[in-house]
Parts: sequence; C-alpha cells; structure tokens
Amino acid sequence: MFELAPFAWDRAAKEPWLAAQLAELTRHHRDRCPAYRRMLDGLGFELRPDARVADFPFLPVRLFKEMELRSVPADAVFKTMTSSGTTGQTPSLIALDRETAGSQQKALVKIVADFLGPRRLPMLILDCPSVVKDRALFSARGAGILGFSIFGTERFYALDDDMRLDVAGIREFLARHAGQPVLLFGFTFMVWQHFYRELARLETPLDLSRGILVHGGGWKKLAGEAVTTREFKARLAEACGLARVHDYYGMVEQTGSIFMECERGHLHASVFSDVIPRRALDFAPCAVGEPGILEVVSLLPRSYPGHCLLTEDEGRLLGEDDCPCGRKGKYFEVLGRLANAEIRGCSDTYAVPT
Amino acid sequence: MPFPLDHLEYLVGAAEAIQRMASRPALPPFAPSAVDFLAELSKRLLGDAEARAYPDVIAFGFWCRKASVEEMRRPYGVLKNRLGRGLAFHVAPSNVPVNFAYSLAAGLLAGNANVVRVPSKNFPQVGLICGAIRDVLARVPEIAARICLVKYGHEKAATDALSAACDARIVWGGDDTIRAIRQSPLPPRAVEIAFADRYSFAVADADRYLELDAARVAQDFYNDTYLTDQNACTSPQLVAWRGHAVAAAQARFWTALHARVAGRYALQAVPAVGKRAAACRLAAALGGRLAPAPDNLITRIAVSRPCSELIDFKYHSGFFAECAVAAWDEVLPLCGPRCQTIACIGVAPGEVAASLVPHAPRGVDRIVPVGRTLDFALVWDGHDLIRELSRVVDCM
Repeated sequence: MFELAPFAWDRAAKEPWLAAQLAELTRHHRDRCPAYRRMLDGLGFELRPDARVADFPFLPVRLFKEMELRSVPADAVFKTMTSSGTTGQTPSLIALDRETAGSQQKALVKIVADFLGPRRLPMLILDCPSVVKDRALFSARGAGILGFSIFGTERFYALDDDMRLDVAGIREFLARHAGQPVLLFGFTFMVWQHFYRELARLETPLDLSRGILVHGGGWKKLAGEAVTTREFKARLAEACGLARVHDYYGMVEQTGSIFMECERGHLHASVFSDVIPRRALDFAPCAVGEPGILEVVSLLPRSYPGHCLLTEDEGRLLGEDDCPCGRKGKYFEVLGRLANAEIRGCSDTYAVPT
Repeated sequence: MPFPLDHLEYLVGAAEAIQRMASRPALPPFAPSAVDFLAELSKRLLGDAEARAYPDVIAFGFWCRKASVEEMRRPYGVLKNRLGRGLAFHVAPSNVPVNFAYSLAAGLLAGNANVVRVPSKNFPQVGLICGAIRDVLARVPEIAARICLVKYGHEKAATDALSAACDARIVWGGDDTIRAIRQSPLPPRAVEIAFADRYSFAVADADRYLELDAARVAQDFYNDTYLTDQNACTSPQLVAWRGHAVAAAQARFWTALHARVAGRYALQAVPAVGKRAAACRLAAALGGRLAPAPDNLITRIAVSRPCSELIDFKYHSGFFAECAVAAWDEVLPLCGPRCQTIACIGVAPGEVAASLVPHAPRGVDRIVPVGRTLDFALVWDGHDLIRELSRVVDCM
C-alpha cells in the first residue's frame, strides 16, 4: 500500500479497496484483542462481505485513555505513545510494535512529500530540544517532531529549553541556507505563542519568505485567544513574509496517516485514511457541508484496534474528488471541539474549572 | 468578618444580613412563623400564572403548602426542647433548578437561619421562586432575617467565609463537589450533611406492566430520568424485569419511552459519544449487548444479571442497563452502600421492600413508584434533615 500515490484515487477506486482493507484489519484486531472482540459482540457487529467503509464499527477515542487496548503481546511493544495530555486530562497510551511504527513513518513520508516535494529541506523546528529527549515515553509533540525530522537536512531548534527564541541562531541558520526553501515545523500553539509573538517584536524582522510552515496539534489552546486560521496565516505573513502554511489534523491515536491542508486551505484524506462526519442523533454519516462528529479511519494501526475512531471534534466534508488543488479523495474542515453542553443533575454540580 | 462576600450576587438578602444571622436566636423546628412563611410562599407560587409552565415549581408549591408541611411534621410528634443549630450553609446542585428551594425549606423547618448558594446557571425557575420569596418576606421580617440566597462561581474565598461562619453545612454532591467544598474548613462544632454520588435503579413486573397505560408510565419514567439528563442521584440506571412476558413488556416500554423522548429531549453530541463509549466499556468488562435502536436517544445494554460491578458503569443522558430476574431479591448485588432509590413499575414498593429488607442491604434509602423518584422528603438519603439540622437541650 505504500507504493500507492496517496491522493490519486477517486471514490470508485478507493471505497471498495478501503472497505476490503478495513475488513481485514477488523478481523485482525478481533482475533487478537479480547476486549475489542467483546466490544464488537456488544455492538452486535458482524462482518458482512458487502460492508462499506461507513459500516465498520468505530470506537470512541476516549476509550484509549481508560483502558489498554492492544493486539500484540506486551513484549512486542516497541514504544508507547502518549497524547501530550491537555491540562487535566488523562493521556492516551498507544502501544506500537515495530511494524505499526514503521507504517506510520512510511505513510507520513508519502503524504507530506505530496505537499513539500521529494527533496529534503533545511529544517527549523519551532520547539525546544528537550521535548524529544525522553524516548521511553513519547509525547505527541516529541513524536511529531521526530516524525517530521526526516524531511529535514540540517535541523535547528528555534527555542532553547527555557522556551526563549534563539534569534541569533535562527539568523545564522537562515544565512547558511540563503536563497533556498526552508521547512518550518511546530505545534500550532507553540508557533503562535513562542515564535510568532517574539517575531512580531523584532526590530529587524526575519525573512522567511522562502519558508514552508507545517503545523498541527490543534487550535484548542488558541481558541481562547480567538485566533482564526485566516488570521494566523495573515499575521505570520506580515511578521516574516511566510507565504506557504500547511495545517494538519492528526492525533496520537492515529499517528502517520495525518490529514494535510492543501494550498486551497482544505484538509485531505489520503489513501491510508478516511474521514466520516456523523450525526449525534443516530451516528448516520452526514451529507457534504453538514457539521458532524468526526470519525477518522486509518489503515496503519495493527498493534492496537485504533483503525476506526470516533473523535470529540466537530467537522464537515467540503467535497470529494473535486478539490481545486487536484487531489482526489475527501476534503474537509475541522470546526473545533464538540460543544460540551451543561448536563443537568445533582452528581456533577461543581465541576472543577478547566 | 472581612467580606469576601460583598461582591456576590444576592437574590434574596444581602451580605450584611449574613453577619447578623450568626447572632439571631434559633427557632424551634416547625416554628409557626416558618410554617406560615412556607404556606404563603406556596399560595404565591400556586397562584402565579408564569409558574404554571414549570411542573417542578408547582410541585414545590404543593410540597410546602400548610397541609403538606403539617403532614410531614406528624411523624416527629413533640420535639421537646429542640432548637435549630444556628446558621445553615447550603450548597445546592448548580444544575437542578428547584432543589435549592427544598434545601432551604428543610433548613428553615429545622429552625435555622439559612444561606443558600443557588444554581449558577440562569434557570427561569430560580428567578420565579426567588421573586416569590422576596414578595412574601417583605411581610415577615422575622423570617426575612433568616434567609439569604446567593449566587457565585468557583470562588473559594466565599465558600471559606460561609463555611467558617456556619453551624451546619449541607452539600448536594457529586463526590467531586463534596471534595471541593471540604477544602473549606468548618468550625469545630459545626456538622455537615453531604449527599454523595449514588446509584438508583428500577424494578418492573412485566405482566402487570402490560396492563398499565404505556404512555403514562413512559411519562413517569421520563420525568425520573431524562428530565434531569438521567444525572440526578435518584435517576434509574438499570431496569430489572420479572415475569413471564418480559420480551413483550420491554418492547412496549421502550417504544413508548422513545415516543416520549423524541422531539422533547435534545441529545447533545458529547453525551452521544459518551454513551457509545459507556456501551463499549460495559461490553468489554461484563459482556453487555447493545439493544438495536432507531437512534441514540435511548441506549440500552442487556446484561445477564444484576451484579455489583454495574454500579461503576453508570452514565447519563439516556443510558440503561437491563436484565431479567426470577425474584426481586436477585437485585441485592445492586443494593450496596451507594444504592439510593428503587423505582417500581407495576409492583408495589412494599412488595419490593418485603423481598429486600430481610436481607439487610447496606444501601437502598427509598423505594418509590415510578414517576416519584424526585419527590423530596425531609428524610433524604438516610438523613433526617429536621433532627440533624437541630439540637436538643437535654434536661435531667
């Protein structure tokens, strides 16, 4: 599957292929993860030969924060990934074997190369070096940086371990690679908080007009500051001339098969993935344009049953196979976290402020 | 007191009044002035055209009318030499609109001055009841000096000050609320009543249920569950069926409930996902099976028997475990210390009590007909509010 062009298949080609892959994966996990098997039985799921992608059972992603779901023996676990754990939340623990970790890396390369081109670039990492030091317990941030590092030739960390922007170091780095495209990578919040804000203060601005920024990790922390995607891009362009910015949507529970934002500002599902917004009332798939709960599908997880996950994000399909950027497959936008309406009742009355 | 209380929002009373409350003499339980105040409040609420739109406000109006209070007083007989403890500080659940009014009434009937933290959310019911209280208090200064209704958020300084000033604290839980409030110390002699997280369930006689009006039972069960997002401590989490025609009764019951819920209850996305997660969790741990349903409004999980582990798999917003039993005493594993209310469908509460009580369950505080789980009583969760919120002058 890693020989496939990641955005070449239209629905007619992708849907039956993906369904067949999911059938195999579902069977694989059902046979190896007893808790997953009991969940399938509990949901009354039976594998039918004519099942479509949307028919496969999905697990709410929060289950990975509550229990260990694993389809390989403990001694095959090569590393355990954790979500960086938003304040006050339990992080997910995702068990990876070598095969799954390898697939994640391969898929990431195929997807990202479609946007950055096949050549590796000098890379400015908009984070601090210490975030990747603890190899035993990978955080999403550390894993993201290491995963994306393969797209970099020379790598330079833009922040020191006290989160200060190393302006002099960045200027030297840019001078060494003058006239060349440069890859910038970081988490959305870090980019805004520790990079953009400092840049905006510089008397002599940095020139990043040849830069390509790839960022992800969500807008949740920025929502409080009311920064929109559009404003994020406009302010960065103003501060340092950065013109090419790609957001990506992904999660630690499905590392590798990320959804990248194209030149038109749309997130794209690749051949390794799919996205299905669903209605809260009955979990039926939404029509194009209709906001729903995002289900994300990935063909990569083989060491844990995370191939079909119901997120707590809201999003909507913008179209399929006809994005003006030329990529086939579904394209969509993420609208944010699902609104957490206040639940009545006397057993939840003084919820700790978050 | 240096006043962290000055800037709070007072719906009835004011910060200065709280300072004076500490020095007010306590009243005896069921003091005529307190009973008369509640009777006036009842008249005012039952005569209010606007209140008619809120069954919970009307229910409170009925509960506090004179005849009803006299009825509640009767089992207490003569409460000789008994006086209120002094100042009672109530932390009402912030999401159940009318509970604060019952808590206030209990504190008042026990003889106390009361500071009540009312729900932070803007429920119309709270405004209605507070408006009525203000009107009635204008005519009874003796009671006016003993009631203060206040609204504030997560301000620990305010909870600290009120806790330090009170003689009794009443905390309507969740366990997390209780833990948070207990960060604020009480004076050494003060008492506390805390209503913790509880588990409640329903028992149904299938054969007798089939003779009942399905729509009526559905309405009652809806009021017991969906009306509070199935998140009140009294809300049934499971239905245990007994009888010959269980399958037929289940089909009829859930179809009628669905008709009641559809169009009336707005299921949010987060609980929809949460219910699916709860179903997966229960399936993984205890082998539960999700019943096929047209949508996510009612999530039913069939389990083989009522085991004690089920208590840890409760959820809200319309999530029910379900099982069949041959005899009522098979539900005993659910009747541990956390068990509060059993709602009865097609079976008399007395019959269920007769099967359970001889086994001396650690829990079960109430056995009531379906539709009555939220009915407030002065003995609640095993606490006699009148006795616990008052003290006795012992004479030898």
